Amino acid sequence: MKQETNNIAKKESQGVELPQDRPVFVPATDIYETEKAIFLRCSMPGVSSDSLDVVLEDNVLTLTGHQSWKTPDDFQLVHQEYETGVFRRSFRISEEVDQNGIKAVMKNGVLNLELPKSPRVQPHKIKVEMIS
Amino acid sequence: MYLPELRMMGLDPFPGLRVLQREMDNLLDGYTVRSRCDFAVNVWSNQEKAVVSAELPGCSAEDIEISTLKDTLTITGKMKPEEAIKDAVCHRAERSCGEFTRTIRLPFEVEQDKAKASYNQGVLTVELPRAETTKPQKIKIESA
Repeated sequence: MKQETNNIAKKESQGVELPQDRPVFVPATDIYETEKAIFLRCSMPGVSSDSLDVVLEDNVLTLTGHQSWKTPDDFQLVHQEYETGVFRRSFRISEEVDQNGIKAVMKNGVLNLELPKSPRVQPHKIKVEMIS
Repeated sequence: MYLPELRMMGLDPFPGLRVLQREMDNLLDGYTVRSRCDFAVNVWSNQEKAVVSAELPGCSAEDIEISTLKDTLTITGKMKPEEAIKDAVCHRAERSCGEFTRTIRLPFEVEQDKAKASYNQGVLTVELPRAETTKPQKIKIESA
């Protein structure tokens, strides 16, 4: 049973603190890599594209998303299972990324990020010619 | 005989309890829910209505079904796995996908057909007006 509640709960980030008193969460992320690019899919419910920051600096990619939620007026919270706050997570990207080609799309609370590798680090196929 | 002695002889001092423990461990087997992804809900209410919100990132409005019965709200849906990227190596897969379902008890009975739901930025919000019959009635006191 305990495992289930752990599943529901958002993971709170250790070490990152904000000046405002809002909890910081680690967003669940899928990462894929192809020869040409790195793809990230990041769950950030309640974050609009305006309140999202994607920063790449010294090979460290930092994603910050502020959850928007206003408590409905004149309502009382009768049951709470989740809190709203800020999503923040950093990734060290080992490979060189073409900074100008980064694409970020926010849809239904999921951030889709495409980081194309710079042509220098992309594998080059060398054709072997047969001489007969 | 003392318990440590029994243990040294290779005898289990609590054979009956071991069986019981195993039974307890298996008690909930077979009752596991099909859904792989759980989601958290918050419930607000006042005298007029209740508001339920849930974080369901990566879903779409067509994939969520909501129904009410008396004072319960059922949210069912599916989180579709996203399109696979060709020739990609997966480094991390933390996001869950699959079916989900939950039934939530509300603080009062609600009007069956007057619920409003919206799905925005991965957050589902359901507004449920309270059933007229369950609203408290003020009684006027007449003075003689």
